[in-house]
Amino acid sequence: MSKKLRVATTSLAGCFGCHMSFLDIDERLFPLLDLVEFDRSPLTDIKHCGPCDIGLIEGGICNAENVHVLREFRKNCKILIAIGSCAITGGLPAQRNHLDLGSCLTEVYLTEPGLAHGHIPNDPELPLPLDKVHPLHEVVKVDYFIPGCPPSGDAIWKFLTDLIAGKTPELGHGLIKYD
Amino acid sequence: MSEMTFTLDGENVPFEPGQTVMQAALAAGHYVPHLCYHPEFKPHGSCKLCTVKINGRTAASCTMPAEAGLQVESNIEELNALRRTLVQMLFAEGNHFCPSCEKSGNCNLQALGYDLEVHTAGFRHLYPDRPVDASHPDILLDFNRCVLCELCVRASSEVDGKNIFALSGRGINKHLIVNSKSGLLVDTDIALTDKAMQVCPVGAILRKRVGFSQPIGERRYDQRPISAQALDDAPRQADASGNCAACEGTP
Repeated sequence: MSKKLRVATTSLAGCFGCHMSFLDIDERLFPLLDLVEFDRSPLTDIKHCGPCDIGLIEGGICNAENVHVLREFRKNCKILIAIGSCAITGGLPAQRNHLDLGSCLTEVYLTEPGLAHGHIPNDPELPLPLDKVHPLHEVVKVDYFIPGCPPSGDAIWKFLTDLIAGKTPELGHGLIKYD
Repeated sequence: MSEMTFTLDGENVPFEPGQTVMQAALAAGHYVPHLCYHPEFKPHGSCKLCTVKINGRTAASCTMPAEAGLQVESNIEELNALRRTLVQMLFAEGNHFCPSCEKSGNCNLQALGYDLEVHTAGFRHLYPDRPVDASHPDILLDFNRCVLCELCVRASSEVDGKNIFALSGRGINKHLIVNSKSGLLVDTDIALTDKAMQVCPVGAILRKRVGFSQPIGERRYDQRPISAQALDDAPRQADASGNCAACEGTP
């Protein structure tokens, strides 16, 4: 058979729910593995992305490290897919977007009752948070979007198999979801 | 007298004098996407999702009187693309976080997004700062999700006779207001049984303590798309012989 497609996946400002949903394709993982092999992904623990055919990204952009990872994926992946509400609109983390980041951090780490002697984390290892949470397409070009929080395993399966078969991916009623 | 008809996407649609294009289309079992239109209320014509092409010109089908011989186009890619854009703009303008919304699964805006296959944000979301009004013991008013359809305004004034809601401001500053001295819902005489409680197409006016009571999979638009269900709400007419081809389940 022809060469397997290389697929990379990652979670940025997400909850790994989309990855869990991806695993919900269950035993269909085996036929999928006949068609693809994984590069950087929580499933392989490969830390950096090499040249790939498809990149799947869940989660939006909430800090500087997210931007670096996203650019690494865009540089290496022929097709980049935003998977889930957070990647497409910012999702639930974007609920902080109408608030001031400084006052968010102050309330969470300093003034909230029960946090005596707390301080705002300032370890240089920690990536700096961005002022607002952004969807992926505001930073790089995104080729496809699979909505859902998370999209169902069936939706992910349908989308990927359509794409791998060279068809325009379609979801249709029951598979397209925003929740 | 021969029946008066217009054509909708090439099919003949009968109508009675005084009906709008939307009313006649729904009565005949033809779905035209809509959000601010509700069969029980006078059309508002503001959401523009029901825009159709009539003899080549665009018009809101909910306000356009039906006339014999009109050639109406609705389910064409040109219009569906515009409708997708309108849905994206409505999502961008408010704070519509479906995963944490009690109306999810029963929401007309969301269901329209599904039916029109809106996969993308389309626009940079504005993330406006709109505090909720949780003052009333039984009702939550979440301005973040309001799409300014005026259905609650119409229901409260025309059916309930209470005039509790109104829209204020212009353009991007337009917003829903509550008619009480404090501006809070608790200081109105709104009741759970009011029509205004039943018509919100999104999750702006919610009854407290019943959220998420329907499991995922059993909510209204989990079952069938809005294009199939909108017809259920519309008044139907049987033909002279009493048959109604479009009316599912009627004898």
